[in-house]
Amino acid sequence: MIQTENLTKKFVTKETTTVAVENLNLEVAEGEVFGFLGPNGAGKTTTVRMLTSLIGPTSGKAVVNGFTTGKDDQEIRRCVGILTETPGMYDNLSAEFNLEIYARLYEVKDVKGQVEKYLRMLGLWERRQDEAGTFSKGMKQKLAIARAMLHEPRIMFLDEPTSGLDPEAARLVRDFIAELRTQGRTIFLCTHNLDEADRLCDRVGVFKSRLLVVDTPANLRSQIFGRKVVFHLRSATPEMAAQVQALPFVREARAVESKLVVTLEDPETYNPQIIQLLVNSGAEIQFVGELRHSLEDVYLQFIRKAAA
Amino acid sequence: MDFEKIKTIIRKEWAEIFKNKMIISSIIFMPLLMTAIPLVMLATFQNEGISESANSELPAQFAAICGSQLSGGACFQVYMVSSFMIMFMIVPLFIPVNIAAYSIVGEKTSRTLEPLLATPITTAELLIGKNLAAVIPAVLATWLGFGIFAAGAFIISRDPNVIGALINPMWLLAVILIGPLSAILSVNFSMIVSSRVNDPRVAEQISALVILPVVGIFMGQMFGLFLLTQSLILVAAVIIGIIDAFLVYLSIQLFERENILSRWK
Repeated sequence: MIQTENLTKKFVTKETTTVAVENLNLEVAEGEVFGFLGPNGAGKTTTVRMLTSLIGPTSGKAVVNGFTTGKDDQEIRRCVGILTETPGMYDNLSAEFNLEIYARLYEVKDVKGQVEKYLRMLGLWERRQDEAGTFSKGMKQKLAIARAMLHEPRIMFLDEPTSGLDPEAARLVRDFIAELRTQGRTIFLCTHNLDEADRLCDRVGVFKSRLLVVDTPANLRSQIFGRKVVFHLRSATPEMAAQVQALPFVREARAVESKLVVTLEDPETYNPQIIQLLVNSGAEIQFVGELRHSLEDVYLQFIRKAAA
Repeated sequence: MDFEKIKTIIRKEWAEIFKNKMIISSIIFMPLLMTAIPLVMLATFQNEGISESANSELPAQFAAICGSQLSGGACFQVYMVSSFMIMFMIVPLFIPVNIAAYSIVGEKTSRTLEPLLATPITTAELLIGKNLAAVIPAVLATWLGFGIFAAGAFIISRDPNVIGALINPMWLLAVILIGPLSAILSVNFSMIVSSRVNDPRVAEQISALVILPVVGIFMGQMFGLFLLTQSLILVAAVIIGIIDAFLVYLSIQLFERENILSRWK
């Protein structure tokens, strides 16, 4: 659905040359929710602008829905929806009129019908005659999402969709993205809200001018930290830890207070053997759980590595 | 070229314009003022009280045009009023400046330009829409103002020769032909300025410079340096038409989506 090949963007002024995006090679499959993670100024928005044919690349190429940027720009604009960093609504026009304008520019056949559908879907129908300027930030964001959906695009680019929203509004937007996912739309989600990426994305890419890594959140965790299982015991001893550590599939085992923290590759396969061993050695197991590192930990590892 | 999209841009621009009190007042009061001034001049310089030798003080060319049809007083009246009728050439230049100067830089500052440019609208469609949205009100206001002036002249003046000398083919050409051409010139000049600066106020100030040539014509005629004639108006129309074509081309060429989006802060 989205493919880039050495996609590069440089901003050249008389004094400086800034490389915003460097040799980006990426593939996003149809129906995938792809999280594009990176710090502020990493080049995420520039990438989205290139992929939506708002700006052209300096070198390399991008193919979106079979259309090449720079060559088929109008076709790309027709088949993608974009939620820009700021809602950018016409504040002194009504919510309904705002959407009507965009529906016509996106060549929507049933303008009134589509506008009503999305205003209702996002809970704005009752406020349709109100000026967009009177809306709260969350409502404006919902209106901007409706705008991006009017022409039923198969590919959506969402640039920081929950940035600056209160938890309730952010939740609503996230639920809406989850709903889009069930409709089989391809979603390219730029965010630095890692919890959001973790919950919504099939794969994530960590990006800072260049792509540092791409994988599923689970694989990234395992790549950096391995998988850790915590065995809560009535009392954990260093001897128990040593016994577990001796197992060939265990990378590391530590006794921490009354817990035994075990790092291993495939807990689903090997946990029963560890439990068996602990029970045989007289341990009283209260419960077992997996220690999940947050995506934030993973992200920071990659960003620090890149900085180093 | 998709005319539906052009119509949509015009509708959008007008919906915004007609909510902006500053622009509304400039569309209403400017033509009213420019209509009132020549009417006041007409009422002030009535035949009575102006000596028959008054035309001896007029520029020679003008006095020659008056010929035998107009008395000295009437000739002086026509001269004074027609000097101020040049105001009707300022209206189509001035009104669009407010609208057009805001149209690009205003979209940028309110951050509405990026979603707009993300739609499948071409630069030409966008700019033609914005052009027409600014030109049409300016031209209509000018024509309406001239219509009011013509009606007022019939009521105020008692001399049919004076009316004939004021509402003549030259002024009709100036208003009907030069008006729209001047508006197009003004709009495109403003668009070019607007897409190069970051502040709507700066855009307006620079764009207002477009009025200077007409002010020059006004001063030139007042001081007798030259006289507007029908042939001069036609030549001016051709020149402005050529400048318009060049400016329309230039405004589309200079509208660099990428620079506007990525360089403007």
